[in-house]
Amino acid sequence: MHLSEGILPLNWAGIWYAAAIPFIVKGIADVKKKSVKLAHFKPLMGLMAAAVFIISCMPVPVPTAGTCSHPCGSGIAAILIGPIMSILVTSIALFIQALFMAHGGITTWGADIVSMGVAGSFAGYLTFKILKGLKMPLFICGFCAGLLADWATYATTSFELASALHGSKPLGGVFMAILIAFIPTQLPLGILEGFLTGGMISFVAKRRPDILKALWEK
Amino acid sequence: MGKIAKNKNQILKRLLLFLIPAFLLLVGAHQKAKAQNWAGVDETVVEKFAEEGGRKPWKPFINTDQGDLLLFAFLLAGCAGGFVFGFYWRILFCEKKGKQKSE
Repeated sequence: MHLSEGILPLNWAGIWYAAAIPFIVKGIADVKKKSVKLAHFKPLMGLMAAAVFIISCMPVPVPTAGTCSHPCGSGIAAILIGPIMSILVTSIALFIQALFMAHGGITTWGADIVSMGVAGSFAGYLTFKILKGLKMPLFICGFCAGLLADWATYATTSFELASALHGSKPLGGVFMAILIAFIPTQLPLGILEGFLTGGMISFVAKRRPDILKALWEK
Repeated sequence: MGKIAKNKNQILKRLLLFLIPAFLLLVGAHQKAKAQNWAGVDETVVEKFAEEGGRKPWKPFINTDQGDLLLFAFLLAGCAGGFVFGFYWRILFCEKKGKQKSE
């Protein structure tokens, strides 16, 4: 999902930067408020930042497709620290990866934040909220949130690529072609991310129910 | 009992409706992807479509993708990330438990 350096024309890179910046600004502004409100917020944010960083640079081989890809982790982060904070930690992870690990790029940072941070976090968070509202078991809520966060990330990446590079071809056709090319790898990886998210949420609910209670009561 | 069996059948049917196309898709993709040699999707999908659209990736500003340098960068990132993850994990899930026990 990392768009490599220079892949997007500069005008498109600028548009995605402009779309990402308000979320980052809001995230930075909210850190202090949340830290004062919740005693465990800072360690939880540190844990999620490390988790998103590790998960999103961990290439997982997919035997059925013969390729490798990575889960995103923004679904778990969005559930545990909220979507805006999840976008903030994702942007930090993506920046380090772009700068030192030849993964993503500085020019494509905004687009990567929008796909993995914004789309992934909100898809995961909203899925979890809706399913929890429907009184589904916690693991199922987490599973679906992780799955949809992953797929939303790659669908957004497809849209970013298609919108910038479709040229004279129809946008919808190029978007679908890219999306279909992602499916063999991301279909199983999304399921893996679902299990990861469901497992983590169930674990937290079992070991530290006070964390989830405090987060959901706010 | 009849209701439970009916529900189970419905769940099984829905599961099959999802699993069969997924399986067919994966088998079809398997043949196509055999030659990819475990390349990442950033390369097989993103860069492929970008090149079709006339955009070639630039070299990274700090180019660690040279020889084993990238392996070193990933190792370092894994160690640092793992340390931070473990540090906060201990604070959230181990120390709290210990404190509660001692209380």
